[in-house]
Amino acid sequence: MAEVQTISVETQVIQRQPKDYKSDLEPIWCPGCGDYGVLNALFKAMSQLNLDPDQTVLVSGIGCSSRLPGFVVTYGFHGVHGRVLPVATGIKLANPELTVIGVGGDGDGYSIGMGHFPHAARRNIDITYIVMNNQIYGLTKGQTSPTSTLGFQTKTTPFGSVEGQINPLQLAIVSGATFVARGYSGMPNQLAKIFVEAIQHPGFALVDVYSPCVTFNKVQTYDFFKGRVYEIPETHDPTDKFAALRLAEEEDPFPIGILYRVQHPTLDEQVALLKQKAYTPNPSVEQLLKRYQ
Amino acid sequence: MEGSRTDFVVRLAGESGEGVLSLGEMLTTALARLGYEVYTFRTYPAEIKGGTVLYQVRVADHVLLSYGSHVDVFVALNEEGYHDNISSLRPGGTLIYDSDNVPTHELPDHCVIPIPIGTIAKRDIGSVLTKNVVALGAILRYLGAPVEAGEHIAEQTFKRKGEEVVQKNFQALHAGYNYVAQYVDCLKPWLGGVERVNPDRLIINGNEALALGAIQGGLMFYAGYPITPATDIMEALAPILPRFGGVVMQAEDEIAALGMVLGASYAGKRAMTATSGPGFSLMVEQINLAAQAEIPAVIVDVQRGGASTGLPTKSSQGDLNLALYGVHNEAPRVVMAPTSVEDTFYLIQHALNIAERYQLPVIFLSDQSLAHRRCTIPKPDLGRVPRWERLLPDENSRNGEYARYAITETGISPMALPGMRGFAYTATGIEHNEYSDPTYTPENLQAMKGKRFRKLQHLNEHFGEQFVRIWGDPDGADVGIIGWGSTEGVIREAMQMAQREGVRAAALYPKILMPLPVRIIEEFASKVKRVLVPEANFTGEFAAYLRSQTGIQPISYARDTGLPLDPEEVKAEILRVARM
Repeated sequence: MAEVQTISVETQVIQRQPKDYKSDLEPIWCPGCGDYGVLNALFKAMSQLNLDPDQTVLVSGIGCSSRLPGFVVTYGFHGVHGRVLPVATGIKLANPELTVIGVGGDGDGYSIGMGHFPHAARRNIDITYIVMNNQIYGLTKGQTSPTSTLGFQTKTTPFGSVEGQINPLQLAIVSGATFVARGYSGMPNQLAKIFVEAIQHPGFALVDVYSPCVTFNKVQTYDFFKGRVYEIPETHDPTDKFAALRLAEEEDPFPIGILYRVQHPTLDEQVALLKQKAYTPNPSVEQLLKRYQ
Repeated sequence: MEGSRTDFVVRLAGESGEGVLSLGEMLTTALARLGYEVYTFRTYPAEIKGGTVLYQVRVADHVLLSYGSHVDVFVALNEEGYHDNISSLRPGGTLIYDSDNVPTHELPDHCVIPIPIGTIAKRDIGSVLTKNVVALGAILRYLGAPVEAGEHIAEQTFKRKGEEVVQKNFQALHAGYNYVAQYVDCLKPWLGGVERVNPDRLIINGNEALALGAIQGGLMFYAGYPITPATDIMEALAPILPRFGGVVMQAEDEIAALGMVLGASYAGKRAMTATSGPGFSLMVEQINLAAQAEIPAVIVDVQRGGASTGLPTKSSQGDLNLALYGVHNEAPRVVMAPTSVEDTFYLIQHALNIAERYQLPVIFLSDQSLAHRRCTIPKPDLGRVPRWERLLPDENSRNGEYARYAITETGISPMALPGMRGFAYTATGIEHNEYSDPTYTPENLQAMKGKRFRKLQHLNEHFGEQFVRIWGDPDGADVGIIGWGSTEGVIREAMQMAQREGVRAAALYPKILMPLPVRIIEEFASKVKRVLVPEANFTGEFAAYLRSQTGIQPISYARDTGLPLDPEEVKAEILRVARM
């Protein structure tokens, strides 16, 4: 090509502050809700990465936490209950340049949306998925969730839950996720650091965040987590799958930090390769129709 | 069927998994390449192996409108197929059967040709797998076609498997061909000469026409989940869409498929999914999301027979109600139905255009009989459907805050794409104001619903009547037929048959069913003596819809048998209505 490429000179790099990501909408969450901690940590992480709001999309489903995209100045997609991951996958495949972050709650992601979770993980689509896990249904005012503990009493389980819990971290690891972390909204600085790593990670990154529901969950409260969480020590090898699975099994105290991190080709990379493989110069429907003559 | 012109029907029936479908496809393509017009119908059991497959091809030297009512040549490859179909063979017709599988039958009114197909394949060729090619040779010889027609298609079919396999199949073809030449004395020149082979005609089925039409219409993203009879759309797109820079994804279920489509469309790609009734049911919630958040999407429903698992491999027009009304609360959608294989190629381009221009879901109702109907069509005009683009905001002239859902006269608001500078907004299913902020006031709900539904009104007023096709002259017609979808050819043929019996009928086919072009439909109805609505479902869904939307009180003719309507039965109904 003989054309001279003109390089756009956008020399002035704007350093965005956390508050620059805040939209005019005030969150509708209860005072003290764990989701405020998640939102603030996300603002901080976005500022640290200096994410361009016009190149970032937040995707959510339905639930208290799924209202989050409206509180951020990026592009957003607030869809139906449980379908964060398919929508986020479609967005990323349509425009791989975008930074795509899915957000939602444990009901949205691990109950109604659970059918999509292992598939997003095995595809290793390059998105970040933040689950605000309060171990209860908050928006519908207090019913059991797939992460509620056995015996947990709610309005729909007045005699105590008779079902076991899902372990989303282990499920993500065995399904093929390449980045799996747990955060706690009571540790906002550490949570911001995890978000920075997760967003930078090429591939499917799950961050399950304990985000207490101060209104309906009277068991897993901030007080409950006090003294029951600890930072994963640097001695942990996040590329060791079995060590990660063992760590994910631990309760009381709960390990907080990055459990698992490896690199595999992402879905968007694979799709780009596939397009190269299928490449035909000047494709046309005219040509394709010849097969049917 | 008529005069000395070539027009006859060959029906093949045999065990599923024994190559009956591929025999039918080879025969059809071979005859089409000789220059004949072909029109096929196939039905098969839902199981991969076992049960009886039926493949029917009508062959003529003039354009065909249906797969015919009577069978002229019946090829029975197993006993069950023989018993199920022998009554369809018209008096004087020919029975060809595999004498290894079907006991000898005395049929005084028919020409009967027993051929030991399995024995020839096994003993003479040395491979039982060549049975269907032995049969192909025998049928081609019986019809009077040159053996080269079979060689050409056999080579094309088996090329991928290597030269040895091609040679084996050539031997099989010749063995079948020669067997009939030697032993049979009731040969009849079924195939009259065709004047010339027209290179501007294609031999293609509805699903293939849909896939290629979608690419011509600018499709860039497809996600789907396998379901009969829609799967071949995804299979057709998978090898070719990536060449055009597009993406094909097999999703984990139909919900995910539509979710991916909405995500990709939101990010700016022309996007589509295809499914059948059960999968379509799973998508309904997100169809409302697409309407409410104003995201373009095309959802193809290749309707199949029966409810629940029903009759997965058979045909029906039973999903009209779901397409029109399948929704919680109210949300605008467009419903379109192609009327023929050729029409499918063009109409899917319009469907993509309408979705993009009006930023809403478009439901495209095909069905199994149309999807798997292989027939000759004129080579498509690739310039016929001009591209409509989505309305984007002007990046250079933004005034104040971007109003994604700006209330406009047409209801269409400029839609920003992620990545556009200064237009970040949240697409949302929650009720919202012009700026996409959640808003619950009564005034806002009224205004926003009005805005979204105005898009349908605009479409109907400006383009609705362009998508209506009228056949025959309605002025004073004895019977005015209002139909939809894949029945068009059958209805036209039935009208011609009725005409020969002195009854004059006209037909109207709207290809956009929602919004319904009421004015032109009422005008048509006012000109005819009686209105008849034939459709392939049990309850007369379209007739009920017409009653609810227009002042017309049509006579409903609803038959749900798993098979397409039959021209003879429709003709009989036209005569009955005319003489009421």
